[in-house]
Amino acid sequence: MNVLVCVKHVPDTETRVKVAADGLHLDLGEANWVVNPYDEYAVEQGLQLKEKLGGEVTVITVGGDDATKSLRQALAMGADKAVLCSDPAFEDADPWSTARILAAAAAKLPCDLILSGKHGVGGDNQQVGSLLGQLMGIPVVTVVTGMDLEGTSLMLKREIEGGTEVVKASLPCVISCQKGLNEPRYPSLKGIMAAKKKEITAWKAADLGLDPATLAPSFQLKKMELPPPRPAGKILSGEIPDQVKELVKLLHDEAKAI
Amino acid sequence: MDFEFTSEQKVLRDTVRSFAEKKIRPNVRTWDAAGTFPREIFAELGEMGILGVIFPETYGGAAMSYVDYVIIVEELSRVDPSVGIGVAAHNSLCSNHIFSMGTEEQRQRFLTPLASGKKIGAWALTEPGSGSDAAGLRTTAARKDGGWILNGTKTFCTHATVGDTAVIIALTDKADPHHGCTAFVVEKGTPGFKHGKKEDKLGLRASDTGELIFEDCLLSEDNRLGEVGHGFTDALKILDGGRISIAALSLGGAQGAYETALQYAKQRVAFGKKIAEFQAIQFALADMATRIQAARLLTFQAALRKDKGLPVTKFSAMAKLYASEVSVWAAERAVQILGGYGFVKDYPAEKFYRDVKLNTIGEGTSEIQRLVIARHVLKEFE
Repeated sequence: MNVLVCVKHVPDTETRVKVAADGLHLDLGEANWVVNPYDEYAVEQGLQLKEKLGGEVTVITVGGDDATKSLRQALAMGADKAVLCSDPAFEDADPWSTARILAAAAAKLPCDLILSGKHGVGGDNQQVGSLLGQLMGIPVVTVVTGMDLEGTSLMLKREIEGGTEVVKASLPCVISCQKGLNEPRYPSLKGIMAAKKKEITAWKAADLGLDPATLAPSFQLKKMELPPPRPAGKILSGEIPDQVKELVKLLHDEAKAI
Repeated sequence: MDFEFTSEQKVLRDTVRSFAEKKIRPNVRTWDAAGTFPREIFAELGEMGILGVIFPETYGGAAMSYVDYVIIVEELSRVDPSVGIGVAAHNSLCSNHIFSMGTEEQRQRFLTPLASGKKIGAWALTEPGSGSDAAGLRTTAARKDGGWILNGTKTFCTHATVGDTAVIIALTDKADPHHGCTAFVVEKGTPGFKHGKKEDKLGLRASDTGELIFEDCLLSEDNRLGEVGHGFTDALKILDGGRISIAALSLGGAQGAYETALQYAKQRVAFGKKIAEFQAIQFALADMATRIQAARLLTFQAALRKDKGLPVTKFSAMAKLYASEVSVWAAERAVQILGGYGFVKDYPAEKFYRDVKLNTIGEGTSEIQRLVIARHVLKEFE
């Protein structure tokens, strides 16, 4: 089975987020950039399928040259090939444009299954996987925590509010992966060395037959601001029965929690 | 000149850091209190390739550079220097001595199981009456029946108890210690070879340190490592590389202590504000960050020179001297910044304070490093 895994190069979740001076971007100067944690589940799943069924795992990303690091990590984990979709026209790509870029690339990379993380941390749009399936005209199953192959179909478990849904999907399809699907492996040192020798293919807009003019964001970001700091807590004093009364009153009138 | 890691090196750093945070950090206090060697962690390190970092793939190694090796030892030591020193002793002392001085047959036989992580290596030069002083060695190897018979005791040997394969330096010509030493490989289970007492140490308590005892231990000629009479000079060459890993160990300990202090200073409130807002604390943190960075540059420079095959003795001694002294200084500063909390085991500062002291002692004391450096700099102006 040939698997295409979409990964995103994102700031480490421990990054302290600051809004840049222009009020439209985040200042991520000091951030350590990593593979989106949910995409690690997708890479691991692709590798497990390859180990069971043969075939190849190709990882793909839309990003700048620094995104090479995330591709190298996936290659070090055991992926066979990597594609970097990089073009000045892709710089401000919104989920729709990103999905279009990936769909154009996927058309050149025949595969039986496309995997992605359930969402990319940082942007948190949760759209690219679904849009990609829509553009390609194939089924999409999101937030998947379990996967079994049955003939030419996949039996999938997905997280829903208060329970688990079991879905059968035909191949090819797009699956977005959620924590619990597997335990991503650490790249071995040999894997990291082997990744050095694996080639990363770079595709620009022209290679994908995309007109840069059509990739402009479909929405405009007006302003970015941090949530207001949490107000200081309140500490009640006095006799315990009075404190309880006061607490109930505050929870009811002020916090409107009860 | 370029001070940036490659993308593979960043992947390596993140991988080892993530492993150390998830698998090592939750156990650090337990291992330290009980003084237990974490065998299960070494098994996992072996699977990842961390017990054969610098050796060719032919021998089961990962064929990485010394720069890569420094990244690994620093990241492990940032979380637990006990694990860092174990990886260092296994790789750059025991395994590297076999790789550098061994025959092809010896590499296949002894190095492959070490580099692939199936066996744990020890290296023993120091004796109860001799550390950096070759003339003080008392362990002897005498020719017997076409082989060698060993007698004596080695001490302060990393992996003395848990190790499977040891490289030891013994005296083969008492008349001329500097040119009368020879190295041997001894395997666990060899008659006449046993480990003695395990040391109860101030720090690095999860690292296994102890005695190796040889009582009429008969070895075949195949166990002799390198030329007869070259044992001490070979050992010094091995220490040139070993010292870079002790510099990396020191860096990790210093960084771990510094981060502990930094986090604490940003949270702890005194006199109505976070202590990180006081200039006295800021100056301490600034000096820690600066000295650690200076130590890091010296260490990576020594490693890079080793990778390029350039002379490294002076540079590795400088890196080891400076990084180890910085680690002791920075760990003390960290304890001071944490105040009372630096003195109790609820925070990692006190453990770093205990762990880093070995750095100025092991693989040549600071005094020996200064002698090595002085010998070089004086010669440069001859």
